[in-house]
Amino acid sequence: MTVTRRMFIGACAVLAMAPPRPGFSAKTLRVGMTPAFLHTQHGLLAEWRGYMEAKLDRPVEIVQRDSYRETIDLLRLEQLDFSWVCSYPYVYLRKQVRLVAVPLYRMEPYYRAYLIVSAKYPHIQSLSQLRGKIFAYADPYSATGYLVPRYQLRKMGEDPAIFFARTFFTYSHHKLIEAVADGLAHGGSVDSYVWDSLDALKPEITRRTLLVSQSPEFGFPPFVARRRVAEEDFAAVQQMLVMMRYDQRGRELLQRLNLNGFILGHSKLYDKVAEMMRAFGED
Amino acid sequence: MRFLLNLSFRYKVPLWGSLLIVATATIISTTLLLRSYEELKSDLLRDATSQGRTMATTLFPAILHDQVWRAYEIIKAPLGRESGDSPGQAESFVVLDRRGKVYVSTDPESLPMLADFRHLSPEFAALSEAIARQDQETRVLEPDGSDHLFVATPIREEHALLGTLVQIYSKKALQSRFQKSAGQAALIAVLVIVLLLPIGWYWGQRTAVPLVRLTERMEELGRRLPDDLAPELYDYQDELGRLYHAYNRTLQQLREKAQIEGRMIHSERLAAIGRLTAGIAHEVNNPLVGMLTALNTLRHHGELNPRTLKTLTLLERGLMQIKDTVGALLVEAKVKSRDLSPQDAEDVRTLIEPQAREQCVGLRWDSQLTAPLSLPSSSVRQVLINLLLNAVHASGPGGEVAVSITTVTTVASANAGTTLSMVVVNGGQILTDLQTAHLFEPFADAGERGHGLGLWVCYQIVRQLGGNIAVESELRDGLGRTSFTVTLPVGAPQ
Repeated sequence: MTVTRRMFIGACAVLAMAPPRPGFSAKTLRVGMTPAFLHTQHGLLAEWRGYMEAKLDRPVEIVQRDSYRETIDLLRLEQLDFSWVCSYPYVYLRKQVRLVAVPLYRMEPYYRAYLIVSAKYPHIQSLSQLRGKIFAYADPYSATGYLVPRYQLRKMGEDPAIFFARTFFTYSHHKLIEAVADGLAHGGSVDSYVWDSLDALKPEITRRTLLVSQSPEFGFPPFVARRRVAEEDFAAVQQMLVMMRYDQRGRELLQRLNLNGFILGHSKLYDKVAEMMRAFGED
Repeated sequence: MRFLLNLSFRYKVPLWGSLLIVATATIISTTLLLRSYEELKSDLLRDATSQGRTMATTLFPAILHDQVWRAYEIIKAPLGRESGDSPGQAESFVVLDRRGKVYVSTDPESLPMLADFRHLSPEFAALSEAIARQDQETRVLEPDGSDHLFVATPIREEHALLGTLVQIYSKKALQSRFQKSAGQAALIAVLVIVLLLPIGWYWGQRTAVPLVRLTERMEELGRRLPDDLAPELYDYQDELGRLYHAYNRTLQQLREKAQIEGRMIHSERLAAIGRLTAGIAHEVNNPLVGMLTALNTLRHHGELNPRTLKTLTLLERGLMQIKDTVGALLVEAKVKSRDLSPQDAEDVRTLIEPQAREQCVGLRWDSQLTAPLSLPSSSVRQVLINLLLNAVHASGPGGEVAVSITTVTTVASANAGTTLSMVVVNGGQILTDLQTAHLFEPFADAGERGHGLGLWVCYQIVRQLGGNIAVESELRDGLGRTSFTVTLPVGAPQ
């Protein structure tokens, strides 16, 4: 909570310093979206885009990719100006991107990994009981959907490569929940924010899964900018995001995103993710 | 079976008709249903085959890149589209890898990933063998006794075979759809039967009832002459209608024959009675005349005391009464007599009128005799008087008696000549059948009045003159009408 408050104060300072917005620039801002949230809510995305255009006074293009890898590549190639990425890609690209803002979820910039199992197999009540079973991963570049369960297995002294009989990727937390709900996989590890949001929107899907355990908290998937983005663009977008919760329309959008707002954040939030990545030699 | 064949046409014809209708409806519905089931099945398999090929094509890259979720999305997509028990809807899809293990399925609970398809059920084991034997083309597999249909499509591109897509269709959905259409067909068949049966039954009755009536009458024919068949019962010109006509014609002829026979028997009986009475009368008459002569002689030539005289008178009166009666029985029409003249008719009228007045009976007289006829006048007068006296008595007070005397001359026919016709009509009580049957017999009506020989005498005279006497007695508009008609050929040999 102290972190949150500090960041809020920081945000206010940024606002105070913010230069007047430049006139409408012809250059389109390309903003990437990943399956870190319910990215299939196309209507919501279109509205958010309209909100950004109005606030930034310039055209905005939303770029959606189904896997984190593609978004990572686009950022590396500087094909995207900004992007909402998962915490794993952020750490992975830490040196090539700048942290713009971190969403506030349940008033905190954190989220967790939920270990869920299919309601068809209620006897499974822990990760160790999933040995020799079928396990669904979200994305090879997902912290909660891939890194966390493997890290936990590693800590249990198991080899994630052979612990499960079969694993597969769904490339989306939403689809992972469906795969577990349908019983295609016995269990899976999912983004707590996506599961909670889906639970509010479509409880008939989440009801078919059972929440077995949850991981410690990690820094919430952040908004990042490519390293060489124009300073005034960076500032404008950062201000637009942080100020969202202070105007009516922004609050409405945030409510539909199931978020409380954006804060400036700090890369330290992601140290735990980095630590897990190091354990697999990926940092 | 015998019982059925022995049934009356009244039941048999409608029954057979109904049976035919029901059988026809059943056969047609069943044929159409079986056909529709086969069509339903072949449609399903055609659709399934083409769906299988399409899915196999898209499954190939997903399996090649080991994208289980993608493969799952591909096979799950068709399941979400349709709902309910549509027979075109597969129950489940399963993708098998090259080793025959489940790669992914839409029913992970019973067909879990990695499970060996062969070991899941004996049915699947047989199926796996069939799939393994030949993997070039999409095939429909229908294991015996299974309530599922399987469509197996190899997932291959050129020579790279990655696995097999198996579409599993429930025959139950197919059967339930079939049952639904069978139910509808049955309903329509029942409606058709309900509509047709009464018509069939009605036509059966239309044909059977006239036949039944005809049979009933034909069976009566041996015992008595039955009634006519009402023509409106079957008023058509087909075989049955013609049979009706023939029956009625035959009946008419039989009736006429019976009438003729009856008349013949009657006249023969009368003739026999006539001969008998005449014989007896002669036999009685001869000694009687002797006895009367003896009595007469005794009366004139003997000294008789009063008592004997009285006895003689008593004997004579009795014998005279016997003579009168016997004389009445000894009808002799052909006595020598003068020809009948118009005056004879007038004389009879004059004789009867006082009697009629006495009885308060009106007399309507119509004589068209204008010239003498060659007929014995005394006999004809006797006949006419007898008939008129009877008529006046029968009429009773307030009644009326009508007399009509005419001559008829026919030229053309075989019995050409002149005929005298005398008709006497009274309005009294009509005669009973029994009375009519014995009317012309002697003493038939004795007791009430006279000796009952009047009509017998008339009959004998008319027959002897070669004529005919007939009686008609009937109720007409609530009034009795009895007429005696005497016809006599004129110029008959005397």
